[in-house]
Amino acid sequence: MYNPESLIRKGLPKGHIKDRLVRFSLGLVTYLIVIIAALLFFKIIKDGAPVLLTTKAPYVDLGFLLDKNETLHVFHDARGQRHQLAASKYSAYVKDHAGEPIYNERTFSYSGGGIIGPIVGTVLLTVGSMVLALFFGVSAAIYLSEYAKQSPFIHAVRLAILNLAGIPSIVFGLFGFSVFVLAVPVITSTPSERTLLTVPLFIGKAVLSFQGWNSSLLAGCATLACMILPVIITASEESLRAVPQGFRDAALAMGATRWQTIRTCVLPFSIPGILTSSLLAITRVAGETAPIMFTAAVAAKDDLPWQSLANPFDLLSSQVQALPYHIYTLAARIPASEFTQRAQYGSVFVFLMIVASLSFGSMLLRAKLRSKLKW
Amino acid sequence: MSPVLSDRIEVHDLHFYYGHTCALKAVSLNVPERQVTAFIGPSGCGKSTLLRCFNRMNDEIPGARVSSGSIHIGGVNIQQPSVDVAKLRREVGMVFQKSNPFPRSIFDNVAFGLQLHRISNRSMLNQAVEEALISAALWDEVKDRLHESALALSGGQQQRLCIARSLAVKPSIILMDEPCSALDPIAAAKVEDLIRTLRQQITFIIVTHNMQQAARVSDLTAFFHLGELIEFSPTLKLFSNPAHKLTEAYLRGTFG
Repeated sequence: MYNPESLIRKGLPKGHIKDRLVRFSLGLVTYLIVIIAALLFFKIIKDGAPVLLTTKAPYVDLGFLLDKNETLHVFHDARGQRHQLAASKYSAYVKDHAGEPIYNERTFSYSGGGIIGPIVGTVLLTVGSMVLALFFGVSAAIYLSEYAKQSPFIHAVRLAILNLAGIPSIVFGLFGFSVFVLAVPVITSTPSERTLLTVPLFIGKAVLSFQGWNSSLLAGCATLACMILPVIITASEESLRAVPQGFRDAALAMGATRWQTIRTCVLPFSIPGILTSSLLAITRVAGETAPIMFTAAVAAKDDLPWQSLANPFDLLSSQVQALPYHIYTLAARIPASEFTQRAQYGSVFVFLMIVASLSFGSMLLRAKLRSKLKW
Repeated sequence: MSPVLSDRIEVHDLHFYYGHTCALKAVSLNVPERQVTAFIGPSGCGKSTLLRCFNRMNDEIPGARVSSGSIHIGGVNIQQPSVDVAKLRREVGMVFQKSNPFPRSIFDNVAFGLQLHRISNRSMLNQAVEEALISAALWDEVKDRLHESALALSGGQQQRLCIARSLAVKPSIILMDEPCSALDPIAAAKVEDLIRTLRQQITFIIVTHNMQQAARVSDLTAFFHLGELIEFSPTLKLFSNPAHKLTEAYLRGTFG
């Protein structure tokens, strides 16, 4: 017979201790991860914030943000006072104090001045690669989700795209180097000596020369775009599929062509989803070092990318500095010292701020679009 | 209506397949113009498939094809490859079971079809939208909030908005695939009313599971079973004196 008394437990419930233990250890692992992340951020902010932020009026050391990167000179003057001067200010000092002795002079490459070069380079690389990746990625996603018939071949294509996402970024770097830097065709009248193949075009002296784009902004953007294409394609396809079939049916039944349907009734409603995926891609693109090492980045550059160009298109073929590569150079290519650390953590801090504000901006944009396009 | 297409539909010996599954077997019928024709029958009997043949919406389904037979609308074989499908669908509008307004304003929804066909003159648009909404008996309810989201409307209003959207491009035939199955009786009655009002100008073909609805709104009724047309006759005759045993059994509710 049913006994209501049996519902009332005596003592601890069965498996209570085990349950508690599982809960505790899972929680411990979770909070450990949070603590590691918090420590990381704490270290960067503790060492980096003082470089960028000041206690006086603009509260930001604009020099660090807007000056060009230079070699740092550290020395003592005749009175025993220590000076830290970037190369240009150092030469001015030497000119002003001609004849005065300088003691204990040491130089630290890349550690003086500001980081405008790497900031500008990173922005250019990010914008360029996002333009390329969104164009090719969204096009491919539209084809896969709206036009292609669901056949084994298309499944294989999709699988291949997904697998691209697992390839290490250094492999993309080498791929970009061997393809974009050394092999892609350009139209020129004076083919380089290492060209792989020239095809005459019969227009003046112009030939199609497979000589690559050299190490350049364009090659770097193309390499980065290849790296994030799988993310963009997969996520765009998902957000296209999330648009209700009813919208497509309605538009088609009104006499819209396939492309009109996509343009007016599918793509606009999938843009928030596509933006969400691009957001992840932007932060990844901005932070990668390996793909641009051989394809676009230089450690030192005297001019900003657009300065001293014969025509605006040369911007694409100029090399750039980049924040992650700058950080790598400061950390791994020159001897560590208290002076290089300043530049290093300052760059890391600025980099984090840029990525954070990009993410935040995209989140706002997404929220705004979402609220307008809901169904 | 249109100089190219009148709106008499002639189906001759139509066979239709989804992959290897036969959905329609040797269907022949003539749907007269300016009347309301109802397609009834149990689920999976092919009535929606036939409906979707009339504006070639089956083209969008992979593996779906007409294997033999013909469909003529106003004397033109609409199965031939040279038919302009976009133009056909403009003449033959469609309203779906699930109301599917776009998540835009009421105005934009009704104007969608016109803008699709390159009409962008503002005053023409305003006038056409107003006419369509009046025809769909929705104007009085929405005239003060044309620029609010269509999704703020009730289910019945959304379905009438979808009807207004089809009406805006002035079709001569409107296909309705269970237009009231998701609506409450009052909203359904409003849709039926507007069918009755518009039958003078437009040919309606309506697929329905609701036999009372078929009896109320239609002039002719076709009964389908397992992909075959069992009986096609004036609604009064079919309901009061069905010629076929299967029809009688279905109407009595013995199956289906």
